[in-house]
Amino acid sequence: MIKVKEIRIHGRAGQGAITTAHLIALAAFEEGKEALAFPHFGAERMGAPMNAFVRISTQPIRIRSRILNPDYVLVLDPTLLQEIEDASEAKEEGFFLQRFFDVAKGLKPDGTIIINSPLSPSQIKLSTQAKIITVPASHIAKEILGRADRANTAILGAFAVTGEISLEALKKAAKIRFPGPLGEKNAEAMQRAYDIVKGKD
Amino acid sequence: MVKKMLRGSRAIAEAVALCRPGVICAYPITPQTIIVEDLANIVADGELKAEYINAESEHSAASIILGATLTGVRSFTATCSQGLILMSEVLFNAAGMRVPIVLVNANRSLSAPLNIWCDHQDSISIRDSGVIQLYAENNQEAADLIFLAYRVAEDPRVMLPAMVNVDGFYLPHAYEAVEIPSQEEVDAFLPPFQPKYKLDPQNPLTFGMYCEPDKYTETRFMLQKAMEKAITVIQESAHLFEKVFARPCFGLMEEYRTDDADTIFLGMGSMVSVIKEVVDELREKGERVGVLKLICYRPFPKEQIYEALKGAKNIIIIEKAISLGSFGALLLEVRSLFYNRPQRPKINGFIAGLGGRDITTETINKAWQLSQKQTYDAYFLDLREDVELEGVEYEEIIKRG
Repeated sequence: MIKVKEIRIHGRAGQGAITTAHLIALAAFEEGKEALAFPHFGAERMGAPMNAFVRISTQPIRIRSRILNPDYVLVLDPTLLQEIEDASEAKEEGFFLQRFFDVAKGLKPDGTIIINSPLSPSQIKLSTQAKIITVPASHIAKEILGRADRANTAILGAFAVTGEISLEALKKAAKIRFPGPLGEKNAEAMQRAYDIVKGKD
Repeated sequence: MVKKMLRGSRAIAEAVALCRPGVICAYPITPQTIIVEDLANIVADGELKAEYINAESEHSAASIILGATLTGVRSFTATCSQGLILMSEVLFNAAGMRVPIVLVNANRSLSAPLNIWCDHQDSISIRDSGVIQLYAENNQEAADLIFLAYRVAEDPRVMLPAMVNVDGFYLPHAYEAVEIPSQEEVDAFLPPFQPKYKLDPQNPLTFGMYCEPDKYTETRFMLQKAMEKAITVIQESAHLFEKVFARPCFGLMEEYRTDDADTIFLGMGSMVSVIKEVVDELREKGERVGVLKLICYRPFPKEQIYEALKGAKNIIIIEKAISLGSFGALLLEVRSLFYNRPQRPKINGFIAGLGGRDITTETINKAWQLSQKQTYDAYFLDLREDVELEGVEYEEIIKRG
């Protein structure tokens, strides 16, 4: 059986979840792997919870359905954790749920969830056996990029700690997607987040 | 040839640009919009010299590219769903006038209720228009079918509109690696558009004129003949494609592990990838299964489909559309192929993946399991149990659950 790694990204429309997915796919492609990245959202509106998905493999990827049991979950916006309590009705919808309000839903027990939060993992209340990694991505984004709502590249720096994709490939992807100083700044945000999470390990 | 990690919309747009259209005209509709947005960027960046026109509706967009193509200029539009239905009045005309316009349809369900996600009801609903219909499994095939569509549509033996169908969201919005050929390669495959007849003030002609009963039947007969000819032209063009671009082009259909198969799945578009996954899993368990991917739905390559399926005992057709009150369109046509033939396999019809509901490996496995017991005509897979199905008997719901 060919191993496919599945990543689900939770964000709000406008926070760059699709870009996050694209950067992972681009980095995987740069590493010579196969990748498929795609979003899922409703009628587009800024701020609405939405998902993006990535599959990475050494073989061509043929499954295009939404990811129900991810190996990794990336949470771009800490307020999405609050949504879990507000969406008990939505939770009951199970498989047919349009968007995944419960960020930990279906996450593999041996998986990892990376959350944009200044809190420590022990302070995060989530019903999952998966490893929780926190990173103050909004603070990093505010400091380096000047905008707290551009936390996605810092999240990717934290994701690199898992070793699934190298930090170098992710930085290269950022520079391809954002040529010039913007790419450099985003690579810097990735490095900062990587160092912070690595320091905690 | 360069392999790039691209959004599907960009891969399609780059393929269109390589065909050097002189006029691009569209009206936005999700999930098609990003295709023409990417084309607008290519034109604005000066990478393609073309007139880019924003129309006020899909009907106008189709009319404008119909007119442009009639003057001998290669043109392009894209649409989906309600937009395609609004365009259909023009598309029937384009076919009748023998104008080889090329469009992309980012397959999306039809209203009501309003739903922006993928199924095939839009394109299947215009199956009788005289428009060639091709369906892409992935973004590589989507880009490749653009080149094929122009070449086939503009062939003097065909001269018909062609529509490349790409599953909405599943393809245009997905990033994946796609090989984009060079301009030289595309030029070697696709000659300049030089129609025999065109609108020219120096040599006035009229198209789509009034036609009395003494000639109309003959125009339809000629359309039918052109459609039949298109099957040969697609096969020839796929052959040439492989020579010029040095990679596979399946043309009418792809047969995947069907050689010794007792059971053959039949599907169109991105669902075929999922079916291939299930076929591989079932093969590992020793089951003799395969899948026939139908790329060319119109013209309907009846002899080729019969040849591909005739060795099977069980055929499982999965469709993302239904002819309401009847069956899935593909089921009807495939069953009719086997009438008065020596081989008479079981032919099952399943409806799945409507309005963006994912077709998963579970969906395909369910169809496989059900088809082991009996034969189904238009069985809805993955039907919810908790929704009130007005007019459906309770026992029926339990049975389907």
